[in-house]
Amino acid sequence: MLLVVWGAATVGFFSLRMIQGDPVNVMVGLGNVSEQVRDQIRADWGLADPLIVQYVSYLARLLRGDLGTSYRMQQPVADVIGQQLVPTVQLMLLALACALLLALASALLGRGRRRAPVAGLLELVAVSSPTFWIGLVLIAAFGFGLGWFPVVATAGFGALVLPAVTLAIPVAGILSQVLRQGLDDAAALPFVDTVRARGASHTRLVLRHTLRHAAANSVTLTGYIVGSLLGGSVLVETVFARPGLGRVALNAIVDRDMPVVLGIIVLAAAAFSLVNLLVDLLADRIDPRLATERAYA
Amino acid sequence: MSILTAAQKKTAKRMPAPALFLSAGFLALLLLAAFLPGLFTAADPLRTDIGQSLLAPDSRHPFGTDQAGRDVFARVIHGARYSLAIGFGATVIAVVAGLLIGSLAGLMRRVGDGVLSRAIEIVMAFPEFLLALIVIAIIGPGEASLLVAVAIAVVPAYARVARMQTLVVKRAGYVEAARTLGVSPTVTVLRHVVPNALAPLLVMATMGIGTAITAAAGLSFLGLGPKPPTPEWGLILSGGRNFLATAWWIAVFPGLVITATVVSTSILGRHLQASTAGPQR
Repeated sequence: MLLVVWGAATVGFFSLRMIQGDPVNVMVGLGNVSEQVRDQIRADWGLADPLIVQYVSYLARLLRGDLGTSYRMQQPVADVIGQQLVPTVQLMLLALACALLLALASALLGRGRRRAPVAGLLELVAVSSPTFWIGLVLIAAFGFGLGWFPVVATAGFGALVLPAVTLAIPVAGILSQVLRQGLDDAAALPFVDTVRARGASHTRLVLRHTLRHAAANSVTLTGYIVGSLLGGSVLVETVFARPGLGRVALNAIVDRDMPVVLGIIVLAAAAFSLVNLLVDLLADRIDPRLATERAYA
Repeated sequence: MSILTAAQKKTAKRMPAPALFLSAGFLALLLLAAFLPGLFTAADPLRTDIGQSLLAPDSRHPFGTDQAGRDVFARVIHGARYSLAIGFGATVIAVVAGLLIGSLAGLMRRVGDGVLSRAIEIVMAFPEFLLALIVIAIIGPGEASLLVAVAIAVVPAYARVARMQTLVVKRAGYVEAARTLGVSPTVTVLRHVVPNALAPLLVMATMGIGTAITAAAGLSFLGLGPKPPTPEWGLILSGGRNFLATAWWIAVFPGLVITATVVSTSILGRHLQASTAGPQR
């Protein structure tokens, strides 16, 4: 996990330094500044040192949790990110809940000869629609058309519903595909007959037994889902003009604010590997097969 | 696509014929629109006419007009060229690069293969859109970076499949035979390994074009790609964002076309997958 974070920091640091122009230009903007002032800025920010020295000191500060200082906003990157973390995490959590709910509903209802093709089509459309388009359609329909949800409000639960649903739809599509497949696979396994022979009802069979098998398969998707939510939040926050990490990232990219960009890359890598680690730990617990293997071992 | 494709691989069922014809037909029309937009519309996608602004869809303007009085249908038709070019371009770059990296990894010995496949695995944990965004963050926004970013974002998936194919082909009888006959390694790779690894990559690429188009449209929606008057699908959508209350059609129709495109490429890709894999189970 640390390896991934270190790799992301290193690749990000060097490629940003190689490719981008003079960071001083970013700081002074279009203003006309004498060479003397530029040199002063370089000295102040440690930009005059050899690249390798800058790299080592960046890593050293990173270890202490210091992500550096934004060129544009002149405040610590950790603060810039910290301030915007809450709305994005709120959005992602609610979206995740929506996605799980939608996927479960579609996977449990969308089985059988008649319904499976319908569910398949819905999944395909959900996965294929661009996130930002879903958002715009929802705003047009439920925001302006029916007036159910506020369109521009940034506070309150109502304002969170449409963005979360937008973010949830593609994720729900993927999840439902995998869940349905998992349920179908599990239904063909021999233990189903055993459970049935014990006199368990169909509902109990699905909820207690086959769903657990199917869920174990989908847990491996968690990393992918977190990533989709993270990437999607950039789009969704732009569509709904919400504050958040996605907006910070986008502005930093457009403004060429390197420390912020690098900070977000490092944060994303850390969040990602943490989630994958947790998933690996969780997977053994949920999947009945792995649990039995351990019991026999 | 990465994990998604792996998930879909299991569900590679044959597609019903009508869906297949519909999607193939739609893609054919789209290609035609990219090369000969004049066939579909006589309107100029860039000509503004304030007197005609924000008109609802009717027979003259099937998708309505935007705030500057430009015909949205014409813009979508002309936009097909940009979006398909980016989608195809990025996919072609990715297939070539993926083939190179993957077959290299497959042919190398332990250490080289280990390093390359670990790197592929790590990068594949990120979804394409996030990766493309990170690449743009590093190389900066712009039309060319858009292409490069989307290509880099999808490379790992192709590299992984190419590597697996190479490992399979490497042990095949005809490669052994070629080696015994004294054919040089370079020739063996080019004549035997690469062509055999290519088939599954092309199936993937069919589906991948859809992913690439969405990712590109998303990035240009964020303003990280081509600049405004260009009739690119993502840009048309982002232009329509400010007029949702009065003119939903500016944003809704281009998105509908993107969705239809991606659905069509997925259906076509799954069909190819099912027919190359042969009858399953």
